[in-house]
Amino acid sequence: MTITIKYFGLLTEATQCHEESINFSGVLVSELLENLFSKYPALKHKNFQVAQNQVLVPVNTKLSGNEIALLPPYAGG
Amino acid sequence: MNRYSRHIILNEIGQSGQDKLSNAKVLVVGAGGLGCPILQYLAAAGIGSIGIIDFDVVDITNLQRQVLFGTASLGQNKAEAAKKRLQDLNDAINIKAYPEQLSYKNAVNLFKQYDIIVDGTDNFETRYLINDACIIANKPLVFGAIYKFEGQVSVFNHQNGPSYRCLFPNPPQKGSVPNCSEIGVLGVLPGIIGTMQANEVLKLILGIGDVLSGKLLCYNALTLQTITLNITKSNNEIQKVLKTQHLFHKKQMTNNACEVDIIDISISEMLSKSNIQLIDVREPHETPKVENLPITYIPLSELENSLDKIDPNKVKGLFCQSGIRSKRAVSILQDHNINNCVNIIEGAPEIINYLNNQHS
Repeated sequence: MTITIKYFGLLTEATQCHEESINFSGVLVSELLENLFSKYPALKHKNFQVAQNQVLVPVNTKLSGNEIALLPPYAGG
Repeated sequence: MNRYSRHIILNEIGQSGQDKLSNAKVLVVGAGGLGCPILQYLAAAGIGSIGIIDFDVVDITNLQRQVLFGTASLGQNKAEAAKKRLQDLNDAINIKAYPEQLSYKNAVNLFKQYDIIVDGTDNFETRYLINDACIIANKPLVFGAIYKFEGQVSVFNHQNGPSYRCLFPNPPQKGSVPNCSEIGVLGVLPGIIGTMQANEVLKLILGIGDVLSGKLLCYNALTLQTITLNITKSNNEIQKVLKTQHLFHKKQMTNNACEVDIIDISISEMLSKSNIQLIDVREPHETPKVENLPITYIPLSELENSLDKIDPNKVKGLFCQSGIRSKRAVSILQDHNINNCVNIIEGAPEIINYLNNQHS
């Protein structure tokens, strides 16, 4: 299936883009992350949470949505 | 004319709403990029009692975005300089400046004196401290944070809603996420995010609209895109804070107490420290074993005869199956004048569970 992935904050430094669509046939969110880690090795060491269709989910969740957002914490103020 | 007439003619506010604002007590932590717009709008709106806590002084590089200050404020404490400006903006409200650092010692007692806490700080350590103190003092937290051109807004701990730890359970390692002074920030961004925070405060007090509880709003100033994500509450994360709430009080007492206290910390906090030694004090046959981390195995029964295995230069984090024997072990080490020992509150199974839930 085609999944749109959104990257926030400093994650875009690892991916060099804010958003991309990829074809992915895996089952779990964690499998998608593994795929992204091999594409963007620097992403693996970043702290972030995952949202699937605008809901924050654990990484062992089944992929069911067409939009995944990777969200790091921000500290600035 | 009444100062608040433009509020009062709104059906959703009226005189009764304005009275709610006058009776409200709001504490703003940090009078910087976020704190300035938050404070400006809260004072103008007539929040009856506003607290401002900030230990920092106004610097020339602040003026690009911290709109309460001018060149005349340079070198002044931010809480006091903000109070001076705000009291001129609205002399009918009560403003208290705390020119000091928020700490484990003062946070809970200070928060108890206010109805709503607003986070305008610029570092994770204080953000987690604020979150945990809000859970302990049972106060809603209006959260805002920024990174370059992006911002996040949420309301935590509101009517049994999620906390910041339900979103991000563990503080990132120190230095892994740069702050504004290191990477820069678009000056107007904290103005937008801080104003959104002030809006949430007013909605909370007035009881109108939909509060951003259980949701995280993400804003991008370059694309003007906003995305709102749903956060699930984690009772486990909140219970962990409540279970360790004695930490706050213990730290409060360390100045005048002679006895040595045992410090309890979570595995996530432990792993965020550098130069650590993890010590498993269970007997050799006990499972599950924690893998993928260097572990020193010293059963509690042999601890006093194995002190040479303890690295004096490292922070020692002790754990067992449930957290009881490791506490005893910390106490034994302290009796031998071995410093820098902490008790990891999780047992081995929970530590393994934690490690499995990490990305890498």
